[in-house]
Amino acid sequence: MRRCASFFFLQVLLLGLMVVEKATAAESNKNVILSTTTSTQDSGLLDVLIPLFEQQTGYSVKTISVGTGQALAMAAKGDADVALVHAPSLEKQYVADGKLLNRRLVMYNDFVIIGPKEDPAKIKSAKTALAALKLIEQSKSSFVSRGDNSGTHNLEKSLWKEAGITPKGDWYIEAGQGMGATLGIANERNAYTITDRGTLLALSKRVNLPILIEGDKALLNIYSVMEVNPANGPRINATGGKAFADFMVAPQTQNVIKSFGAEKFGQSLFVPVAGKKEEELGV
Amino acid sequence: MELIWQGIVKAVELVFGLDAEIWEITWLSLKISGSATLISLLLGVPLGIALALIRFRGRNTTVALINTGMGLPPVVVGLFVSIFLWRSGPLGFMELIYSPTAMVIAQVIIAFPIVAGLSLASFQALDPKLALQLLGIGASKPQLLWLLCKEARLPLLAAVMAGFGGVISEVGASMMVGGNIRGQTRVLTTATVLETGKGNFDIAIALGLILLALTFAINFFLTRIQQREHLQWPKLS
Amino acid sequence: MAEALLTLRDIAVHHGEHVALQRASLEVYTGDLLALIGPNGAGKSTLLRVMGMLQRPDHGNVLFRGQNALNGNPLELRRRVATVFQEPLLLNATVYQNAALGLRLRGTSQVEIERRLGPWLQRLGIAHLIARSARTLSGGEAQRTSLARALVLEPEILLLDEPFSALDPAAREDLLRDFQGILRETSITTVFVTHDRDEAFALANRIGVLDQGYLLQIDSRENVFYRPETESVAEIVGIENRLTGVVETSDGDDVTIRIGDRRVHAKGRFSAGAKVVACIRPEEVSLNRAHCEANGLNRLKGQVVALSSGMTHHRIIFNCGEFDLIALVDRKGYINREPSYGDELTAVFNATAVHVIDKKDCRGGLAVGAILL
Repeated sequence: MRRCASFFFLQVLLLGLMVVEKATAAESNKNVILSTTTSTQDSGLLDVLIPLFEQQTGYSVKTISVGTGQALAMAAKGDADVALVHAPSLEKQYVADGKLLNRRLVMYNDFVIIGPKEDPAKIKSAKTALAALKLIEQSKSSFVSRGDNSGTHNLEKSLWKEAGITPKGDWYIEAGQGMGATLGIANERNAYTITDRGTLLALSKRVNLPILIEGDKALLNIYSVMEVNPANGPRINATGGKAFADFMVAPQTQNVIKSFGAEKFGQSLFVPVAGKKEEELGV
Repeated sequence: MELIWQGIVKAVELVFGLDAEIWEITWLSLKISGSATLISLLLGVPLGIALALIRFRGRNTTVALINTGMGLPPVVVGLFVSIFLWRSGPLGFMELIYSPTAMVIAQVIIAFPIVAGLSLASFQALDPKLALQLLGIGASKPQLLWLLCKEARLPLLAAVMAGFGGVISEVGASMMVGGNIRGQTRVLTTATVLETGKGNFDIAIALGLILLALTFAINFFLTRIQQREHLQWPKLS
Repeated sequence: MAEALLTLRDIAVHHGEHVALQRASLEVYTGDLLALIGPNGAGKSTLLRVMGMLQRPDHGNVLFRGQNALNGNPLELRRRVATVFQEPLLLNATVYQNAALGLRLRGTSQVEIERRLGPWLQRLGIAHLIARSARTLSGGEAQRTSLARALVLEPEILLLDEPFSALDPAAREDLLRDFQGILRETSITTVFVTHDRDEAFALANRIGVLDQGYLLQIDSRENVFYRPETESVAEIVGIENRLTGVVETSDGDDVTIRIGDRRVHAKGRFSAGAKVVACIRPEEVSLNRAHCEANGLNRLKGQVVALSSGMTHHRIIFNCGEFDLIALVDRKGYINREPSYGDELTAVFNATAVHVIDKKDCRGGLAVGAILL
């Protein structure tokens, strides 16, 4: 029995050694952990930019796409080296707390409000997102919310807040999922929803709800890149994080961003704005 | 229904069109889940034998723990392993988070109790005196282990298949500790979630079908070994 | 005196709180046929396992040809003996593969295995079954395979734990007969556990008696069965009449014992006034209708109070006043006048048929087993 037990523990020990050996063999400063959001990932832009960055610099990027909340929390804990998100109000908090440094604008895309062709709430007549939401709430028309504390959800929440409305009731559907799934629900229920143009374009075949409100400055979705404060935790690759942040705002990259989607969808998905200030965009 | 058909068409396209990324994802799935199952086998079968044959204090507690372990939700396993492997965690210095090794670790934690618990059951199904009799005609301890494994090969293979099935199909832990990183830690299950989230249902279904086909092929192979001899249902005239 | 093949000294085995074996000591000599008998739970199987080096005792020494079997290389010594259990415990393979297993484990070549195994399969009457799957065998065939597996190893000691008790009567008789023949031919030193007294008597030349973990007596067959040392042993070897009494007179070798209100003449050296137990085998008691006189014979008048008839014998419980006597009488002698309930008869038995035990030897046997001559 003692021999069986020691055999067992030997196995565990061997496994442990294997793991440690693999781990220490890895080059720690070659890895950059990027925390970003699911919608950024889903747009496909990173599938173009990341390989470009890796080629140029030799870094290996681990892109972790999760909800905005989790992405920022990860960065604050030091489990990422750089963050690329689109939730300005939240970002500003983290910067104020000193968790994230050197916030720089990268690009924006915009949100649109889509809904049933028949437009029962008559939001087309309203010119602003704010007015549209008020009409939707008044008529209690079905509206699907992301409900997941993502950047999109935060934008939606700030709009409701500004309109002085607390959305509640059977007409307000909280999906708790990503943009693709949320659009799917809206499509099934023939409901209104706020979506980013990128995802809408990508899923245009499957979503039969026309754009009813667009172009409102309140619907701008601004992406910023922020470096993680090395003091947040151990083993943060500050050099790598900075390299990626610099890459995102470099002119060459900005050009790539400008043309992304043009071929596939007939229009660009993003507008590069590195170097500009938010006030310039009228936000 | 049309969706599923589209999925089938897409699957054929991807597989036979030798889409490099699909093959890479499939191969990685196999490697990770295969390694995890193998390690679970090497740890779980001896533990199963030990628990079946040896009475020691705390044996019942150990068996209860293993049985509980069989029902561990993979996503919970993923969460706890992540907490350990994050840079901010106690094992952060190993820099294993978001790597295939981390996924193997999580999958071993999921598969090991399954293999151990089912191995225990398969050895308990043997006559308890058999081990003694084999020693009685001169088997050494290693020879005894080998003979018992051979006698219990039917349920043991089932234990391996169950362990493998449990990890090749799980997504919660793989997502959390692997990060679904393209080219590094993206496997069939996490890729399916990604494509579904993007709304690419045809690709998602294709990936699902490939996963099913893969699992079926492996189980078919193992079942053929297992079922080489079987009970004959008596012919009633 | 020859050197002992296997020596056990002061062996004790515990199963948690329960003591399975209490300080047993014995020796096995080459050529012995030792039977271990006793009721269930006596510790016989435990003792056998210790002898086969399948179980480590919690206390005591085990010496194989003088070599300490408890440290050093137990495998090498364990392989010089072979154990066979009550159930055949065969592997899921053919008869040939099962019987060859012991040799294969020792690395014997295929050629050598075939050469050695053939004759044994013949001797055990299973040569025609070599290709059959073990799952399809009858109980007798399976047990024969198990025996072949052990015998082909030509072990220095063969250990058997109730090897015939799982078989139906016909198979059992057959196998017993064949086995006796094998023992006669090969003189393998054998130790076997059985709860069947007749089997023990038929096969063995030495008997060891166990009860509740104690080895009460280990001696020649005759001594154990006819001259048990304690009342417990007497009970186990089937001496059903164990009558407590007091020695009245003692004259050299002859004693008279007062049992109740009767007197019994017996042989033995005891002092007057000693409390003793008179042991009489039921087979030694005959029942007569006439009350005759003769020296040396015990005559006790009494009445039949219970009667059960078997195929060849009557088992009669006979009341002699303050105690009962059990008699096993041959039916042949009573064909015309069978005894029946209430019959007044005389029980007759020789003084030499009475084995007397000192009552103080009868306390649950703290006997450290005697070494035999």
